[in-house]
Amino acid sequence: MILGVAASLVAHNPRIDWFGIAPEGTLVATAVAVLLLDLVMPRRDSWQTSRLASVGVLVSLGFVVALYERHGGTTPMFGGAYVVDNYAIALKGFFLVVAYVTILLAVDYIGEGDYYQGEFYFLLLTSVLGMTVMTSARDLITIFVALETISIPTYVLAGYRKHDRRSNEAALKYYLIGAISSAFMLYGMSLIYGVTNSTLLSDISDKVGQTGHGKVLAVAIFLSLIGFAFKVSAVPFHWWAPDTYEGAPTPVTAFLSVASKAGGFVAMLNIIFFGFSNRSNVWWVVAWLLAILSMTLGNLTALRQTNIVRMLAYSSIAQGGFMLVPFAAYGIARDHGHLSVAQTSFQAVVIYLLIYGAMNLGAFGCVIAVARRTRSADIEGYGGLFTTSPALTVCLSMFLASLTGIPPLAGWFAKFVMFRSAIDAGGWAGTSLAIVAGVNSVIAAYYYLNVVRTMWFKAPATEAGPVQVPSALGFSIALCTVLVLAIGVYPQLVGHIGDLAAKAASVATGS
Amino acid sequence: MALNQFLLLAAFLFAVGAYGVITRRHTVLVLASVELMLTAVNLNLVAFGAFNNDPVGQVFALFVLTIAAAEVGVGLAIVLLIYRNLRSSDPDDVDVLKG
Repeated sequence: MILGVAASLVAHNPRIDWFGIAPEGTLVATAVAVLLLDLVMPRRDSWQTSRLASVGVLVSLGFVVALYERHGGTTPMFGGAYVVDNYAIALKGFFLVVAYVTILLAVDYIGEGDYYQGEFYFLLLTSVLGMTVMTSARDLITIFVALETISIPTYVLAGYRKHDRRSNEAALKYYLIGAISSAFMLYGMSLIYGVTNSTLLSDISDKVGQTGHGKVLAVAIFLSLIGFAFKVSAVPFHWWAPDTYEGAPTPVTAFLSVASKAGGFVAMLNIIFFGFSNRSNVWWVVAWLLAILSMTLGNLTALRQTNIVRMLAYSSIAQGGFMLVPFAAYGIARDHGHLSVAQTSFQAVVIYLLIYGAMNLGAFGCVIAVARRTRSADIEGYGGLFTTSPALTVCLSMFLASLTGIPPLAGWFAKFVMFRSAIDAGGWAGTSLAIVAGVNSVIAAYYYLNVVRTMWFKAPATEAGPVQVPSALGFSIALCTVLVLAIGVYPQLVGHIGDLAAKAASVATGS
Repeated sequence: MALNQFLLLAAFLFAVGAYGVITRRHTVLVLASVELMLTAVNLNLVAFGAFNNDPVGQVFALFVLTIAAAEVGVGLAIVLLIYRNLRSSDPDDVDVLKG
């Protein structure tokens, strides 16, 4: 009996591509090493952990580049539950760059406050580990584990200012919404498992395409999409986001609004494109509604914010709406039988994510820099910034203009691919999406450019010297600036990555 | 035993949990309601797994149990932190942020 079990274990011994999971392995090793280093270091030297963490992230990024150089093909592991293809590699690279920039944003903020430093980087690395796993997850269990690995450390990070009530509140709201949304998502997943008798997305995709179980599947797909809608803070599941973003330490907010949101979108990409694409008639309406509501409500509420972090929170809700447009476009096109739109819409989501990451992290970097002087995030406090710190003003203006979508900054290309997917989808639904997105881009321009106007033309509220930008923060802002400019002038940079990702995905979905 | 009985019980548990999440004012009770929803999920998974003769359902349920435990650990830590700062764990009292 025992021999039989042992024999079957040997027979089912999963073939593990160790090189394929080297980026994740490096992250795990670094996270543990950071904790151990923090244990042996005296408290005043614990800033060293940030150095170790950033080196670990860069080594991991090196492995990702090596993986890209190794081959172009896919390496399925664990019976297809874990796939390292070009799409996964591209997004792993994205998440690791975001992690590196976040460490740079945080190092002075965390070092100067009365925080535990080692644990901060440990939690950050763990969350990033979840994201890199998510890019490869092609199985409901793996997606769930990855999503919780992303989320649980960020609940703690949101409440990292332990003695600040606003940070406590941020953590509590984020935690409650995260736990409730996981429960909804899991209930949906359990029904999907029941109907299809598999947790592998490729099997689910096949079985979902067959007729029958229409109502159960509709409920299941709807519930799991609600779970993801909470994670990406799509309207009407968005109300936690502004409070959490405002209360959390600002570097954590930058991380939440870029990486955590992107993690949710990657999960949606996996589950919708690889799992549910054959039932597009069920979910395109949901995606369409979420996209239109998020764009409109996010932008209209952002208009009347006086706190720049809250404004960026609502702007990120609206940007999330723009990112949902290609999902809806894909569903609409699929319903009409245009399979070719699958590639352009997949590409659009990936490209939008990459560009949004660069410009939003840059904007938050500038907000962190300014808050070092003013100790507040009121937009009024940005008056006359140009006279005291012109370089920072130019950078922040560029990021805000890029978020608006003004060429030649990266944002225009993101908007362009998004509009293209909506127009390619066609029909009344696709056209209405494009129109709503167009109107919203104009509304968004008002509040983004209002900040720019305040910085350049308003008189300073108080007599204050220039903003002192520490070198790490300055470097991260410069990195984002270079990326935003380079992508804007030469969009093929991310276009190529988007192409690779979409090709890998089309091999997987067979469309 | 028919599969439907388990599914109906799970649906009922899930509905009770969802109702509790909406109506309870105490954070710990909200957490308990979330646990009830997760119990429904586990019941679903195990029932489907047993009915289809597929072990994956049980494996999934084990993962849900483990991760839910970790999640509740973090949640209780946050509740405790707020109780220390605020002497209350009613979500209605946690309302500094608005707008």
